[in-house]
Amino acid sequence: MFSYLVQRLGTIIPTLFFVSILIFSLQQLLPGDAALILAGEDRDPNVVAYLRAKFHLDEPLPVRYLYWIGGVLQGDLGDSLRIQQPVLDLILQKLPVTVQLASMAMVIALVIGISAGIVSAVLKDSVWDYAANVVALWGLSTPNFWLGIMLILLFSVSLGWLPASGYVSPFEDLKASLASMIMPAFVLGNAIAAVLMRHTRSAMLQVLNADYVRTARAKGLVERIVVLKHALRNALIPIITLGALEFGTLLSGAVLTEQVFTIPGFGKLIVDAVFNRDYAVVQGVVLVTATTYITLNLLADLAYFLVNPRLRG
Amino acid sequence: MTAIPAGTPLPAKELSPGQRALRRLIRRKGAMVGLAMVIFFVVMAVFAPWLSPHDPLATSWSAIRKPPSDLYLLGTDELGRDVLSRVIWGARASLLAGVVSVCISLAIGVPIGMAAGYLGKWVDALISRITDAMLACPFLILAIAFAAFLGPSLTNAMIAIGISATPIFIRLTRAQVLSVKVEDYVEAARAVGNPHLRIAFRHILPNIFAPLLVQATLAIAAAVIAEASLSFLGLGQQPPAPSWGSMLNTAKNYVDHAPWMAIWPGLSIFLLVLSFNLLGDGLRDALDPRHR
Repeated sequence: MFSYLVQRLGTIIPTLFFVSILIFSLQQLLPGDAALILAGEDRDPNVVAYLRAKFHLDEPLPVRYLYWIGGVLQGDLGDSLRIQQPVLDLILQKLPVTVQLASMAMVIALVIGISAGIVSAVLKDSVWDYAANVVALWGLSTPNFWLGIMLILLFSVSLGWLPASGYVSPFEDLKASLASMIMPAFVLGNAIAAVLMRHTRSAMLQVLNADYVRTARAKGLVERIVVLKHALRNALIPIITLGALEFGTLLSGAVLTEQVFTIPGFGKLIVDAVFNRDYAVVQGVVLVTATTYITLNLLADLAYFLVNPRLRG
Repeated sequence: MTAIPAGTPLPAKELSPGQRALRRLIRRKGAMVGLAMVIFFVVMAVFAPWLSPHDPLATSWSAIRKPPSDLYLLGTDELGRDVLSRVIWGARASLLAGVVSVCISLAIGVPIGMAAGYLGKWVDALISRITDAMLACPFLILAIAFAAFLGPSLTNAMIAIGISATPIFIRLTRAQVLSVKVEDYVEAARAVGNPHLRIAFRHILPNIFAPLLVQATLAIAAAVIAEASLSFLGLGQQPPAPSWGSMLNTAKNYVDHAPWMAIWPGLSIFLLVLSFNLLGDGLRDALDPRHR
């Protein structure tokens, strides 16, 4: 276990190094003088001079990278030019909202995706299997921002059941918070449910043909016990780890979903930063997202390693 | 000499692997529906000037947010522009973005992936770490970041999507090259003294074409959604040029008064993405023996 952890960490450090280079390089894509662009439309010479000194723009590129990464390693992701706040503080303020949205979306995706996948595998080639595959294809092909607009049209405009936009913290009013988040969470979970359904179906089909499932049936166990206790438990191992890998899809989707439902989260932060040309925030969000994704991947790998006796052996 | 009895079937002509794959593809109804839908959208995009009933940019203050009627079959938008004409012209931006960005990914990703897989050693290690780094950034967030720094336009959106999708092609090509380069025919090509470039492009590339084609088809679907997403956020096609994503961006503000503004561009994105997904799934089933 320890050697596996060391081996995995050995691959993560260079990956993080290249992620930092990639994100630092984004600034080099700005056409023209970065200080002039960052200074905004006024281009006040004092601001330009301040930015040039702050970002060491007169220094060679590798030196500037070292200054930048030195700050990042000390938790300094720079300051937002518009809000005049440290980027890390802004991200930490917005993150809980997106974590709530992403968690609810993941629960919805797991419930729909795994149930549909089991039904589809157990009743292979039936109408239910066909229907589940159609639903999965629908989930993979629907742009979530369009689905969001259509749900607002149905549940907010026509039926008046749910609020069309806004966010209420669960600590203020749990019921109102769930009401405001259920539609965005469903929209976000929809595509992941489709992916999970396909993987559950294929994992269950493999497991249902395994010897130990045949043995369980031969012992005379009820089919429900065979499917849920013997087959699903083993099929779930790769599916749970896959859930961690879908984190990237969740965050990408959150950008659009938060925009449609006006939720003040992580996704809206990056979009607002893009329009305000607040590049430090854009870089900070990408860096935090990538680091979280890499960490979750590591945890998923370790979980897979721990629950799979064949890998441990 | 033995005469062949009448009615004996003649031996079937040996089919090439490509012809067999084509036959398998044609037998898949889903793939054929997908192909027909793709052709429909291509025709719509190419013949947009002749198919659209109105000028997609022409505003009319007397026809603002009109519901569907005989004059405006899908209604009008907030500036009185014909929604049907804008949906027809919008197909151009979506298809162009889908195909061009995947071409960019292929043009960058395949040679780099081949170099990683074929040369191995430190080249492979370096390329693999860079690929891991790019894959660690969620696709759309990376595309948004690229588009933000490059500036909002359809061309920059295509570049951003193309670069963001490249690591998938690098990884796929590398994996395919690793399995193909140990085949006997590659060893034979090496043994007779062929140069590395010739081996890579003449002997390896044609044999990894099938999985790349499948991935490219599915990547077009993802790129269409990505372009619509960037345009929805204001980072893709710029107004007043029609694009399904930017039409939805405006439509979300009028969803209670003019839902038709949101229904048709969204449905078009859904159908185009669905068609490429159906075609990609069919191609994968037809070309990949593990899926048969």
